[in-house]
Amino acid sequence: MGKELLVGKTSEFEDGGKKIIPNGKSEIGVYLIKGEWFAYQNLCPHQGGPACEGLLMAKVEEIIDPEKKTYHGMRFNHDEMHIVCPWHGWEFRMEDGVACGDAAWKLRKYDVEVRGEEVYVLA
Amino acid sequence: MELPTSDRYHKMSIDSFNTEQLLTNASRQAEARNYQDFPIIDSDAHQYESESIQEIIDYIEDDVLHQIVSAAPGIMSRGRGGYQPIGGRVTRYPLRQIEETPADGVHRDVHLSRRFMDAIGIDYIGLFPTGMLSVGLMPQKEIEVAYARAYMRWMTEKILPHDPRVKGYVYLPFNTPDEAYKMLVDFGDKPGIIGALVTSPRYAPIHDNAYMKTYALCEEMGLPLTFHSGLNWNDPLMSVTNRFISAHALGFTLYNVIHMCNWITNGLSERFPKLDVIWTESGLAWVPWLGQRLDNDYKMRSSECPSLKKLPSDYMRDMYYTSQPMEIPNDLSFLEATFKFINAETQLLYASDYPHWDMDLPSTIYDLPFLDEAAKRNILGGNSIRVFNMDVSERYPDYHKAA
Repeated sequence: MGKELLVGKTSEFEDGGKKIIPNGKSEIGVYLIKGEWFAYQNLCPHQGGPACEGLLMAKVEEIIDPEKKTYHGMRFNHDEMHIVCPWHGWEFRMEDGVACGDAAWKLRKYDVEVRGEEVYVLA
Repeated sequence: MELPTSDRYHKMSIDSFNTEQLLTNASRQAEARNYQDFPIIDSDAHQYESESIQEIIDYIEDDVLHQIVSAAPGIMSRGRGGYQPIGGRVTRYPLRQIEETPADGVHRDVHLSRRFMDAIGIDYIGLFPTGMLSVGLMPQKEIEVAYARAYMRWMTEKILPHDPRVKGYVYLPFNTPDEAYKMLVDFGDKPGIIGALVTSPRYAPIHDNAYMKTYALCEEMGLPLTFHSGLNWNDPLMSVTNRFISAHALGFTLYNVIHMCNWITNGLSERFPKLDVIWTESGLAWVPWLGQRLDNDYKMRSSECPSLKKLPSDYMRDMYYTSQPMEIPNDLSFLEATFKFINAETQLLYASDYPHWDMDLPSTIYDLPFLDEAAKRNILGGNSIRVFNMDVSERYPDYHKAA
């Protein structure tokens, strides 16, 4: 059985917030996004950047006319948030940690449990 | 400082910024791989000389030009176009503005260079400018000359004397060949200078007779000649692209592809056999492509290149390449083939390009499974020590240069 790491109180998080906690020689980033909890290792699989210390950005989509196949600009899709590594800009889906540019790569994901007022990561 | 993101719901505000903290994971890599046991030379790191533009302008000797650029310093970094930080996703771009450095008389560029060197595990850097990579595109050649001379005085007086770990290159204002030669005469033997720099984005035929005396002097002085590439989104061909990824991927290779073609087909390697030539910041994947193209054509059209005594790709294997931005495919056998094509063990020079957006850590070399320990150490440091004739005894007293 893995270890449990106490992240803190639920009241410490606003929706859209995050907290980075130590885990041995690395860290884990814990996120609360639209009522759901997520946790990932703070280590980008690309060159080892601190992925959880970067921005959260909505997915960028092209606006293509479905009939004419013509291009009409870009927009943010706020239903899909991305973790952005600050070293090189690699983006990862919040939902599963898979890299947006190449699904062969992903962040290490951890389970999160909320018990009463307390948030735990199962590392 | 509030960082721009896709919405205010996920806004991010940063109160302070420190390079060492940003690079904590790089320091962990350095420790885990024992980088302290062997020299690591970064052949291509960068400064943002535009942040010190007023200091540099103060060195411009021509009174009229001095007044003009003082009033409009932006004209000296003619726009290449683009948005390197990927819409703010690479956060060190905006955050460097709030990074504090000691007010101890040592230039901020030196402090920031030391910080990233120490964090990453780099012993020495060859420092290139950033905005100046575009100055070769200026229609006013005299401004390139004045700016280059001012920059070199600033570098050799304000930057290089403050840390022997920071090395520099003589910027050659290549659009004015006689001034390029004079620049080499005036600055080529200054302490801390390890090579001569041609910024590749420009429209100069490098095989022109006007440059031969400059190449000869580089060869005589033992200074490698490095072609540092870049992009110019305003180039008529590049202006057809509408995404920065396209302008960057193509531009940073295209200028060096053209200069390499001219160097090879005009037989300059035969004319200057002892001149080391380095191709900087174009990555590596273009080299097998160009070498194969030229070899194939040369076998049919050798009469057009009568100076050549071997295949074009053989000359290319005599040259040097900086590693960044190294294309790392998921199937590493492609990269391994590229390493074989360029004789990477002796011809490849590690480069970080830090602090730019596509920087590479030493682990991009050290973690390659097809290299043995000796090859890794050559690429990360040994090859640069040999090419730049560097003395690393202060940090590695027992280091012996390869023959």
